[in-house]
This record gives sequence, C-alpha cells and structure tokens, in this order.
Amino acid sequence: MCYTLTNDLEKLGLLARAIRQSVVRSLAEAGSGHLGGSLGSADIFTTLYFSVIRHTPDEPLWPGRDRFILSIGHIAPVLYATLAEAGYFRKEELLSLRKLGSRLQGHPGRDHQLPGLELSAGSLGQGLSVSVGMALALKMDRLDNRVYCLCGDGELQEGSVWEAAMSAAHHKLNNLTVIIDRNSLQIDGSTEKVMALEPLKKKWEAFGWQALECDGHDFRSLLPAFNKARMELLHPSVIIAKTVMGKGIASIEGDYRWHGKAPTKEQAVAFLRELEGGIQNIEH
Amino acid sequence: MKEYTNSGSKDTRSGFGEAMHELGKTNPDVVALCADLTPSMKLDAFARDFPDRFIEVGIAEANMICIAAGLTIGGKIPFTGTFANFSTARVYDQIRQSVAYSNKNVKICASHAGITLGEDGATHQNMEDLGMMKMLQNMTVINPCDFNQTKAATLAIAKYVGPVYLRFGRPKVPNFTPPDQQFEIGKALVLNEGTDVSIFATGHLVWKALEACRILGEEGISSEVINIHTIKPLDDEAILASVRKTGCVVTAEEHERNGGLGDSIAQLLARKYPLPVEMVAVDDSFGESGTPEELMKKFGLDTPDVIRAVKAVMARKKS
Ligand SMILES: [Mg+2]
Repeated sequence: MCYTLTNDLEKLGLLARAIRQSVVRSLAEAGSGHLGGSLGSADIFTTLYFSVIRHTPDEPLWPGRDRFILSIGHIAPVLYATLAEAGYFRKEELLSLRKLGSRLQGHPGRDHQLPGLELSAGSLGQGLSVSVGMALALKMDRLDNRVYCLCGDGELQEGSVWEAAMSAAHHKLNNLTVIIDRNSLQIDGSTEKVMALEPLKKKWEAFGWQALECDGHDFRSLLPAFNKARMELLHPSVIIAKTVMGKGIASIEGDYRWHGKAPTKEQAVAFLRELEGGIQNIEH
Repeated sequence: MKEYTNSGSKDTRSGFGEAMHELGKTNPDVVALCADLTPSMKLDAFARDFPDRFIEVGIAEANMICIAAGLTIGGKIPFTGTFANFSTARVYDQIRQSVAYSNKNVKICASHAGITLGEDGATHQNMEDLGMMKMLQNMTVINPCDFNQTKAATLAIAKYVGPVYLRFGRPKVPNFTPPDQQFEIGKALVLNEGTDVSIFATGHLVWKALEACRILGEEGISSEVINIHTIKPLDDEAILASVRKTGCVVTAEEHERNGGLGDSIAQLLARKYPLPVEMVAVDDSFGESGTPEELMKKFGLDTPDVIRAVKAVMARKKS
C-alpha cells in the first residue's frame, strides 16, 4: 500500500524537526559525519518523503514506487533519518551510523542491504546520470512513476552532471526532477568563490530544462515547485532550492566549516534543546 | 595435436554485433547504449531494428555508464558499447561506485582492446583494462578468443545477473571455435592436452598459442593449451589440474604484464602450487601506430614469442 502523503504544513514541520533531531543524535553518537548539509536539506527530504514521492516503506522494491537518488552521498545522515522516520527501519538503528557492521555506512553503500536505498553514492557527479537511466527505463515501459534526484550545488562543478543534463533534455525526460541543495557553500567556502555557478537558473534553461527556484525551507514554496515539475510535459525539471547550511541551529547556520563536522555530545544536547524549542519551517 | 581450422578470419566485435542483434529479437529487456561509435561497435543492426531499445548517448562515456546503472533499476539489461579505453580508464570511478559497488546488472562491452587496435596508436590502445576491471569486486571479466566465442559470450552474459566486462577487438582474426557453442562463464577450455608445459592464453593470443603448440609438437614438445576466456572468476581447478601434470607454465595475452592474466595465474600458483612461469605480455610500455600484425611482433605477442617462452620455462623446470 502506498504511503499516505500529506500537505499539512504543521505535520510537515514536526516531521522535519524530528528528522533534524535524529540527524543530530546519530552524528553525535557517530562522532564524525556531515551535519551542515544534513540539517540544511531536512525540509527538502521531508517534502519528498512525506508529500511528493509515492513509496511503500514495508515494500521498498514496490514496482510502482517513485525513484529517489541521493547523489550527494555525504548527507547520508538525513537520508537515513528520513527513511527511519518513514518506517523503513527502526529509529534506534540510526545510532549505529558509521559503526563497524552497520547498514548505515558513512556514505550509502548498497551492499549493506539497507531498505530504500537504490544506489551507492559518495563520489560526486553520478546520481543524475543514474536518474536519467531510471527515467529512460520508465519511459520505455510507458510507466508513470517519477524519478527524483537530489544534487548538491558544489557537485554541479563535476562535468558529468552536465553530460547528464544534456541527455535528460535530449530525451525529453519530463518524469525526472532534480533538486539542487543551493546552500551556496562547499568545503573550501562559497561556491561563487571556489568555482562560480551563477547564473545557475539560466545554465539549466540553456541545457533545455524547466528551471524553478524556491525557498528550500518553506513548504509553501517547495510544494508548488514539485507540482509544477509534475505538470511539465516536455522537459525535465530542476528545482533550485535555496537553503542554509546547518538550518535550525542558529549558531552554525551558514557556516561552511560545518560541512563535514559532527557535534560533540555536549553540543548535541544544546542543539537538540534548540530544535525542541523552535517551531521549524512554518513561521515564514 | 588436435586440429583447429580457421573457418575464415573475422573480427570479434562482429561476433558481439551479431549476438546483440539476436538478443534484440529474443530478449525484450536488453538495451544497447553507445557513445558515438555505433558502426565501429557493430551495433548498426541493433540500432536499426530496435530503435526503442537503443540509446545513443553521444561522446559522454561517464554518463553512459551511470545511465546503464539506472536502467537496471527498471529491470533492463543494458549493454554499453565503446572502445576499451573509454569503457574502463575514462569511467573507472563511475563503474566502481555506480556499477560494481552498487552491484548493478550492467554489461560493459569493450571493442578495440589491446595493441591490435593498430594505426590509431597509444591513446586508444588500452592494455591495462583487464587489470582495472578484475580488481573490482562483483565484476566478471571475459576476453573471448574469436568471432564465434565472442558471439556466444555475449549471449551468455545476457542471462547472467551481475556486472560484466566483456573485451574484444578490432582486427580480423582466425575463427576456429565451434559456431553455436555454449559459453560457460568461468570455465577454462582445454584446447589441446599435453604433458610438458601448460600454455594459458586469452583473447587473440589463443590462436597464437595453438600455432606455437603445433610447431613445438614437431620438435617433440607436448604442450597443453588452455583457453582462459574468463579472467575473473579464474578457473582455479582447471589451472591447478593442468600444472600438476606439466610442471611449468606460459601465459599469453594482449595486455600489460602488470595486472593481466599472467599476473592472476602467478598469484594462484604462488599460493597453491609454486612452479616456473613465463609470461607473454606487454612489458610496461604504451603502444604505437602500426598494423596489428606488425605490433604483435614488435611488442612480443606473436607465435615465436610463445615458443621462446615455452623453451625458457622448460629449461627452468629442468634446472
Ligand atoms: Mg553546497
């Protein structure tokens, strides 16, 4: 049975908060990992798994499922937290993140049998091509499942992303939606300083895509973008979701040094308290 | 020795092309991808008759490999087609993560492998591909010896579930294995039984090994010739059974010595049954322009090189 999806903003806000809390807990327990991007994309994950994607957590390989590919494997903690929140596995397992023998590898690894994981990811620039392949297979079989792929903005510096972009437009893959986690940061600092991506929307449009922009922390901005992508008949769609790295923890928001860092146990206590107090995402 | 006759020289890539066309007719899940080399890969017939299952990706091999990985998620059996260099070296990380580590049912089919690519020269003559591919977990690595065997191997890998690297070549070479043979992945084929030396050959070198065997036979040397068409998984049992009888080994391949078939066999023997080994392979060198025949000679991959290696290894066995 397909998972029941919701557009209830309050419910989504609570889910996003629970996912962020799981991210903080699992990373503090692991002692290493990527906090910034995991918190920053939590609202996108919430939208995808609780409002957009047709899926069945108790039957992960249900043929009718929409496909989701995480191309930036390093934000695995938010993927795992979301899958657990949706019921793919028990939330206690999140505390095994990055530990020997865990199904929750530092970067998602398919040979560890984690339900809901379509692809191993970590080395950047591959997820969009794989998504193009999935979308093509669905078109060949005249199926209406949709394909979603989350890419980082820094990742767009990989040339192969643009090979994939070209091919998706060439094949008119309107069943494919790419979400860019546009936090404008990467390991070495601002994307525009490291290797400028702007004008990003125009680049995608020039490659033949329907390019949409939205606030990646506002469900009232995210949901219409996904709807618009679904309505498109001729082109693949990209949703450039403006996000803030570390969103939800004021002291680390927008700080690129939190790209690859985990909170200490003490920091985690404070972060969790802050998340508990703040009503996330719906006060815009 | 057992007689082998050339039924008419053909290129192994045409065996691939014929099998793909057959698969197009018999298996609706088979999809072919090509990176702007359709005629060279002999995929024209497939592209013409099954346009809905032929994906032209343009000159974008990294994209091609990952698209293939994605196609498997929809239950397709994708065969990617480009030259060996662009099938491996250019896209190694894509294969490693999205195909091998993700354990996707992708068939990476590589033509123009090795030195016999010929006149185009070293940029296109990949002689490290077997090494790169055999190092990847989950990957099966196959290097058939002639047209008929390449055709049979192509049909066989469509039925096998898991990542495969299938390597073949450009030039016309003797076609001597049976048409419509059953191809068993991982099974070494004893082409001639002998007692003095085991010659393990793969790809284009199998015919050279048979020629060497005949000439050596005239000198009273009895060689066992074994076609190792599957480099990984290696047929350990067949190899050990042969060397227990002969006591010395020659390996022959159109590949760098580092990382090739000889290296796999030497590893096996070092662990299980150490004895003298000589290797006919490229000695740490890039290729160059020339005809396939000239290059096989220059790079030490010809029949006389196999004969020399046999004599050298037999002398070591005696001493
Ligand atoms: Mg970023």
